[in-house]
Amino acid sequence: MAGRFAKTPHIARKEIAESVARSVFGLMSAAMIVPLVLIVGYLVVLAWPALSLEFLLDVPKRGMTDGGIWPAFVGTLYLVGISLLVSTPIGVLAAIYLNEYAKDNWFNRLVNLAVINLAGVPSIVHALFGLGAFVYAARFGYSILSASLTLAIMTLPVIIASTREALASVPMAFREACWNVGATRWQTVRAVVLPNSISGILTGVILQVSRAAGETAPVMFTGAVFFKAVQRGDLFPYGLGDQCMALSMHLYTLATQVPNVKEALPYATAVVLLGSVLLVNATAIVLRIWLRNRKKW
Amino acid sequence: MTESATHAPASPVKEIEVSDLRLAYGGKEVIHGISFNVHRNEILAVIGPAQSGKTSMLRCLNRTIDFTASASVSGCVKVGGQDVRAMKDVFALRRRIGMVAPLPTGLPLSIYDNVAFAPRCSGVTRKADLEPVVEKCLRQAALWDEVKDRLDSLGTALSGGQQQRLTIARALSHQPEILCLDEFSIAIDPVTTMRIEDVLKELREEITIILVTNLTQQARRLSDRTMFLLEGDIVEIDATDVIYSGESKSEKTRGYVSGMFG
Repeated sequence: MAGRFAKTPHIARKEIAESVARSVFGLMSAAMIVPLVLIVGYLVVLAWPALSLEFLLDVPKRGMTDGGIWPAFVGTLYLVGISLLVSTPIGVLAAIYLNEYAKDNWFNRLVNLAVINLAGVPSIVHALFGLGAFVYAARFGYSILSASLTLAIMTLPVIIASTREALASVPMAFREACWNVGATRWQTVRAVVLPNSISGILTGVILQVSRAAGETAPVMFTGAVFFKAVQRGDLFPYGLGDQCMALSMHLYTLATQVPNVKEALPYATAVVLLGSVLLVNATAIVLRIWLRNRKKW
Repeated sequence: MTESATHAPASPVKEIEVSDLRLAYGGKEVIHGISFNVHRNEILAVIGPAQSGKTSMLRCLNRTIDFTASASVSGCVKVGGQDVRAMKDVFALRRRIGMVAPLPTGLPLSIYDNVAFAPRCSGVTRKADLEPVVEKCLRQAALWDEVKDRLDSLGTALSGGQQQRLTIARALSHQPEILCLDEFSIAIDPVTTMRIEDVLKELREEITIILVTNLTQQARRLSDRTMFLLEGDIVEIDATDVIYSGESKSEKTRGYVSGMFG
């Protein structure tokens, strides 16, 4: 194959570099899967003897060394549900203001700075703040309310940031077209911007579910307890002012605080926590795909 | 010609009066104090190369320039005798001016909703009121025959040229007194362009039209007067016949319209 189409040394070198680059990048991508498979596999194998529907629905027995995790599971549902009920509307509405209405002035720059920095505050500091602000200053006591509000503050900045990103992804030309025919900003947001950013907004919110469910310090400081007597399978065992159990804290308790726990119990608790989080994330992915397919441009 | 003859060229009604309009984006002045009038029921063509301030000038008319935080405007723009900066209801001002942007922008709504959007925003919600408006505007934009059977499909799914005509239909949907077309024919084929140009000639009986165009021949075909903008200044504004006669005052204008420069 001599002649015009023969490989020059330069092209041969390029091809080698290309294949090296491709295999390195591919290997690194594959490496992402390994830890996840290892973690999940390890947990499931060790948890296997205890895993059953009964484990989910039953209450802890014999000084927490046996039985199930129902009170902690419901407690986590409460904490996550209430915290997102608080942080989602505030976060989404604030993001709409910041992205659609706010002018570039010192006040809004301050708000932006606050959002960014709030997102960077470690969860243990949020926990201490929640303890001081909600448990003591607001006199909500150690309660689901205090713990949920603490989680809400923790998730708020991320919800604001992800919502802003979703709003900003709607092309400016759509807004200008609406303004040109005399639509107000709100008419524009309602008719065009929100319907086309809702998938991104929802994804951002749902990802915060897993974050709130996994946090331990904030709920430990403000409302989650070691043990709480609850009926088996009871969906509404707690009131807002009650303390509750939580999966993350229960895991910590079983693993480090209680002697003679059946070996599989903490691992089964971890599987339930991880399983719930992965399930929620999977929902987010499916929802995102479904909404993106409905995207209109 | 009969129309403009009866409209007495001696004292045309001033639909838009612009005096000493200056516009700067973040300290960089792009329009350097221009003054001109637009007469009622005329087609004023605005020609000039890129970066002349044509689009920015239009955005000053309907005050969508307000949405650009870095823009600062001085001077006076009067629409129908009223200073636009003193108007309380800026949305009413924008409904008096139909604006067609250069890039085809179908909103991500159905074709029907695209056209019904503006009337709805101003409070018209009854189906019986909306339907005739939608049909009329789509007909005027020479789009009705192509979309009448699929009014509920997405405006953004139309071809570029169809979306551009949809944009024109939307600009007419709030029954403006002034229609500003900013390079409306970029994405439209010549045959359809001619159909829309015919519509514009009809519309001139009812409304005032500002036609920003890069096609100097289009300006020549359609307009009563032509304004030549260059780098934020008016080089010349005069009757289109004069501008294109080769006897215009400015050498730059003669060069631009004959294709020697720009």
